[in-house]
Amino acid sequence: MFDGLQGKFQQIFRQLRGEGRVGEEHLRAALREIRLALLEADVHFRVVKRFLERVEAQALGEDVLQGLNPAQQVIRIVRDELVALLGEEGRELQLSGQPAVVLLCGLQGSGKTTTAGKLARRLAARRRYPLLVAGDLQRAAAVEQLVQVGARVEVPVLTPETGEGVVALGARALRYARDRGHDVVLIDTAGRLHVDAALMAELQALAEAVKPCETLFVADAMTGQDAVRSAEEFARALAVTGVLLTKLDGDARGGAALSVRSVTGLPIRFVGLGEKPDDLELFQPDRMASRILGLGDVLTLIERAEQSVDAAEAERLASRMARQEFTLEDLRDQLRQLRRIGPLQSVVDLLPKGGAMGKVEVGDAEERRLKRIEAMIDSMTLAERRNPTLLNGSRKKRVARGSGTSVQEINQLLKQYLAMRKMVKSMQGKSWLKRALKRR
Amino acid sequence: MSGEREPGNGGRARLWERLKAGLNRTHARLVEQLGGSLEAGEPFDEEARARLEEALLGADLGLATTELLLERLEERSARARGAAPLRDLLVEEVAALLEEIPAPPEEGPGPRVTLVVGVNGVGKTTSIAKLAARELGAGRRVLLAAGDTFRAAAIEQLALWGERLGVGVIRQAAGSDPAAVVYDAIQAARARRADHLIVDTAGRLHNKEHLMNELAKIRRVVDREAAGWACRTLLVLDATTGQNALSQAREFLRVARVDGVLLAKLDGTAKGGMVLAIGRELGLPVLYLGVGEQPEDLVDFRPRDFAAALLE
Ligand SMILES: Nc1nc2c(ncn2[C@@H]2O[C@H](COP(=O)(O)OP(=O)(O)OP(=O)(O)O)[C@@H](O)[C@H]2O)c(=O)[nH]1
Ligand SMILES: Nc1nc2c(ncn2[C@@H]2O[C@H](COP(=O)(O)OP(=O)(O)OP(=O)(O)O)[C@@H](O)[C@H]2O)c(=O)[nH]1
Ligand SMILES: [Mg+2]
Ligand SMILES: [Mg+2]
Repeated sequence: MFDGLQGKFQQIFRQLRGEGRVGEEHLRAALREIRLALLEADVHFRVVKRFLERVEAQALGEDVLQGLNPAQQVIRIVRDELVALLGEEGRELQLSGQPAVVLLCGLQGSGKTTTAGKLARRLAARRRYPLLVAGDLQRAAAVEQLVQVGARVEVPVLTPETGEGVVALGARALRYARDRGHDVVLIDTAGRLHVDAALMAELQALAEAVKPCETLFVADAMTGQDAVRSAEEFARALAVTGVLLTKLDGDARGGAALSVRSVTGLPIRFVGLGEKPDDLELFQPDRMASRILGLGDVLTLIERAEQSVDAAEAERLASRMARQEFTLEDLRDQLRQLRRIGPLQSVVDLLPKGGAMGKVEVGDAEERRLKRIEAMIDSMTLAERRNPTLLNGSRKKRVARGSGTSVQEINQLLKQYLAMRKMVKSMQGKSWLKRALKRR
Repeated sequence: MSGEREPGNGGRARLWERLKAGLNRTHARLVEQLGGSLEAGEPFDEEARARLEEALLGADLGLATTELLLERLEERSARARGAAPLRDLLVEEVAALLEEIPAPPEEGPGPRVTLVVGVNGVGKTTSIAKLAARELGAGRRVLLAAGDTFRAAAIEQLALWGERLGVGVIRQAAGSDPAAVVYDAIQAARARRADHLIVDTAGRLHNKEHLMNELAKIRRVVDREAAGWACRTLLVLDATTGQNALSQAREFLRVARVDGVLLAKLDGTAKGGMVLAIGRELGLPVLYLGVGEQPEDLVDFRPRDFAAALLE
């Protein structure tokens, strides 16, 4: 998509160059493309309007049309503006009080209960001693859900007693936490519509009773134009301290982030990236900007790679790539590194879509296949790995036997390896990869 | 189609009122947006166009559908200048678009199985309780299958609904193969002579290949084991979802051959306008609307009412 946007910009401005002049009408054409991209990303139409006005003013002010590469410059302005509007980077929970109270609220099904488990694990990993409180007395089996979530992350869960209201439960949770030495209390609440006056009042009463230091509005990243309304209403009713955007592991562009942020001014703190307790990260405005515009979340990939790839190893690979030597051994090392970064699909999903890569699907079958490839390469001698042309019929048979695969599979691997080597060569020009490897 | 079915009780009118009340809460704001263009006889000028465009975009219709509708409206208003307020004409155009979407085939007699699918948290399990309640009201024997073996307490959630409604729930332990649960449930439905088996499935994002493969497998089990029954897949969409709903519908259609949409959570301020693009591009009709968290909070979809509510 970003490729698309970028491509369209280039086209618009190339045309104008061909005509020998860059005019305002070309800028307007570019702005129309930006508008389309933002609306498709679910940014609220009013926010889009304001955004375009700012970009236009800046583009005219900076006189980009006279510059060397107006397309690039407009893109830079758009991206910078977007990053600025998305606000600061996510901050960890700011805890105060004995115990510190964190309240989760939001619409039905946005991901509150799942997120409660994720936050509990995150706190426990930071040597906190959290208590989860099952404050959803509405939905069928909501309490049981949190009990199971708590068991999974090994954090105790306080459940309501028969007839106990949410406010009473909250007050009891504070006493219970003090008695048992819990320093953080995480309260899950029932999903509710911002227009449900009775339930919103109940939430206010609960907040009044437990005095949270953090009140997070948990919102679904797939939300459309309504995001602004619900966030506004929750922020009006409660002292919301931040937004947590869930389900970003989907393919929604997440324009709701921009809408909510620019309309309510609330900082976006965390993002949810899956159903598992570890699938939570701090919000990154630059990545979100790329995502809203449709550029793959390359930066996230790079960071994850940095965490799990050993720097010396990466250095070695980078230099080999630069020298255009890419052996089967390198291939295997790369596969190993890849698997350390995460499940292959999550890696592929972070790459820019469109262009040469297209949409790549990686299933469990592929994951298994990668393990087989590793096994095949492991079964080769060092000489074979460095010079696969050595692999004649009998050597292939030996490798197949050693790795529990077939000659046919080995032939396939060799074919793919050759194709890959070609790709690696062609990637020399791909700046994102270079940057990825250079940043360390 | 189900949209033509008569209500089993007088509750439907009340539900429509509730739905409208929900949609009405944004009414004031929308009217303000639409402003003068709501007045009869006002020309379809730039200003009217801009206002109507914002109203449509704000209802999550997406740019393509919005532009199509405005084009149609422009032609129409040129022909019928001053005859009716622009808003009324627009409602008619929206309804016409919805009516162009082919309805699914009539449901015949005999046993039926409905597979309920969708992304995480849209309202699948709750909608199943609503569908079951409706079937019970019509005097049919219902059986539920707890096909979400993944999410914490998903089985318990469905089981609780079964208990409340007095409906059997076929379940296995958490973590077991959902296709096996569905297999069991079909055998049980046959043995118990159930009229309608409704299958819950785990929420899954449509871009996760392994989860979509799992769903395809469930669908194959249904097709094989319930051969000869009327099989139907219902996609549940969340009315608050924006443009992504189209990509959800496309993938679920591809993998599980969706027959229709249940649009849940319409009792909030979201309008669910993406169902127009879904109908237009994928030919998927909306069958039901979810308007609350209780079993009775389900209404049949009616294009005209929906169109009116969308622009109210
Ligand atoms: N893929 C994905 N699924 C998520 C994420 N967060 C939550 N979910 C799923 O979304 C669904 C709803 O999550 P819950 O935690 O039950 O949501 P809730 O807000 O507590 O829902 P209610 O209590 O009913 O209002 C479940 O299927 C979760 O597994 C996420 O970041 N990614
Ligand atoms: N207001 C409102 N809430 C609804 C409606 N339908 C479902 N809900 C609520 O939305 C939340 C999620 O509903 P579920 O039925 O658990 O959703 P699901 O799709 O089964 O969720 P997963 O199985 O976790 O993917 C619950 O809090 C429901 O009570 C509706 O029509 N209106
Ligand atoms: Mg919950
Ligand atoms: Mg469910």
